[in-house]
Order: sequence, then structure tokens, then C-alpha cells
Amino acid sequence: MEIISKLKKYQNKEWLYLQPKGELDMACADEFKETIIEGLHKSGSRMLWLDFSQITFIDSSGLGVILGRYRELEPMGGKIIITHPHEQVYRLLTASGLHRIIDIDKPVSVKYTKEGM
Amino acid sequence: MSDKEQCTLDSSQAKKINLPNAENKNNQIKLTFKSRSENVALARLLASAIVSERDMTLAELDEIKVAVSEAVSNAIIHGYQNDRECWVEMSMELTDNELIITIHDDGVGIEDIEEAMKPHFSQDQDRMGLGFAFMHSFMDKVEVASIPKCGTTVTLTKKLS
Repeated sequence: MEIISKLKKYQNKEWLYLQPKGELDMACADEFKETIIEGLHKSGSRMLWLDFSQITFIDSSGLGVILGRYRELEPMGGKIIITHPHEQVYRLLTASGLHRIIDIDKPVSVKYTKEGM
Repeated sequence: MSDKEQCTLDSSQAKKINLPNAENKNNQIKLTFKSRSENVALARLLASAIVSERDMTLAELDEIKVAVSEAVSNAIIHGYQNDRECWVEMSMELTDNELIITIHDDGVGIEDIEEAMKPHFSQDQDRMGLGFAFMHSFMDKVEVASIPKCGTTVTLTKKLS
């Protein structure tokens, strides 16, 4: 899984910014998780910014990674935000209840074609 | 993986639908693949491809993909305990108004199906335990047949408009 990783300043805090690309299912859940853990460890930041603009599919394996990181970061005063989710991904984020504990942007409407399915 | 001698029933008897039927006019597909995580994407792609001739909304297609993803992930993670060398069987039948998908594994099986279907049954903090909840909310019918030490068959039905 292709993941862009950067440190970004936002609201006077340093965030670990990650932009994963593709479909977030059990095939790449471990890699996604390790990238987050390593990035947080190296930067010392407890603020995680997930840019989901390039995520086209997510299921409970991907959602579980986010929930697991929330459970680790929250007691340490950390935070997770998710930006630019596609509509379908946003639907899963709300169906799982994650939107109640994590700040999530309004979904981005993406026009698909049948070929792009 | 499972000790076949202990099976009191042949795994095929656990299946809710039997696909081989010479007089069946419906299109049917049967696919067997290794219990590897990279095959989950293939399974959901195939499911969305079989209904592509029907007029489906993107939301409906995504619902089918999520449900298949959850069922196949369960087969690999729970059924086969992440053993990559077992076989998952996926069957699909497209009728005039329904898509019926069965996902079968010959894995450890489920002792208490009712308990397994409850949300947050999972003990691992990184797993949501929402697999069955998603299948239920995104499909019209979910049936689970399982025999401990023999395997599990999940049948997902989606009504097509």
C-alpha cells in the first residue's frame, strides 16, 4: 500500500499526516497500522491526521486499525482526525460509530464510472 | 487444518443452497481460492462484477463489496486462523431479483453463532467485531451454518431492484 507520510503544523500542533492510497482491507491493515505506529514513535507526536482522499474502499479490518490507534492515543491526550473521505468510505465510518469519537470531514462526492468500479 | 475425522456431517450438508442444478436458468459462478488476504479484493470485485449488468447504485455495489469482504475476511481470520494454505469457496447465483452469495470455509467453525454475530464480540482491540453487523445492515438476508471443527457457510442475499 502506497502511503504518503509527512509532519504538518495545524492548530499550533505537530501532526503526523498520512495519506494512504487504495483499498483499506485486511490485506493492508497490518502495513497501515505499522506505518502509523512507526510514524508516531519517530515523530513523538500524538496527533494523527488521516487524509482519506485516496481511499476508495474500507471494511472493518481498516476501521479496526483506526479504532485501535484511538484506544492507544486517547488516554495519552492524543487525537485523530480524518479528512476528505469519499462518500462510501464516510458511510462506513459513520456505520461503525467512529464518527462519534473521531473528527471526520464531510464526505467528498466522487463521480464514478462503471469502469471505475 | 480441521480434523476431518471428527466431522459428523460432510461440509456440503451445511450449505443452505445447492448450486448444481441442470434446470436452473440463473447464472451461477463458483470460485475456489487460497485463504490469503490478497484474495479478499478479488472476491468482492467478482461479486460487484456479476451484478454489473443490472442497474445498481454505487451505494448498493459498495454494500455488496463490504459484505463479501467481511465474510471472506472472517473465513480467513477466524475459520482458518490466518493459515494461508487452505481453500475458501465462493458461490454466486444471480436470479431475476436476487443476488445470492455463499462463502464457505472448512475451518474451525463457530461454537455459538448467536454470540459470534453480536457486535464487539472480538477480543482483539484492533478488530471491531463488526463483520456480521455490516453483513446484516448491508444485505437483505444473512444465514450462517456452522459445524465446529468442520467449517462455516455464510449465505448473503441481496434484493435487486
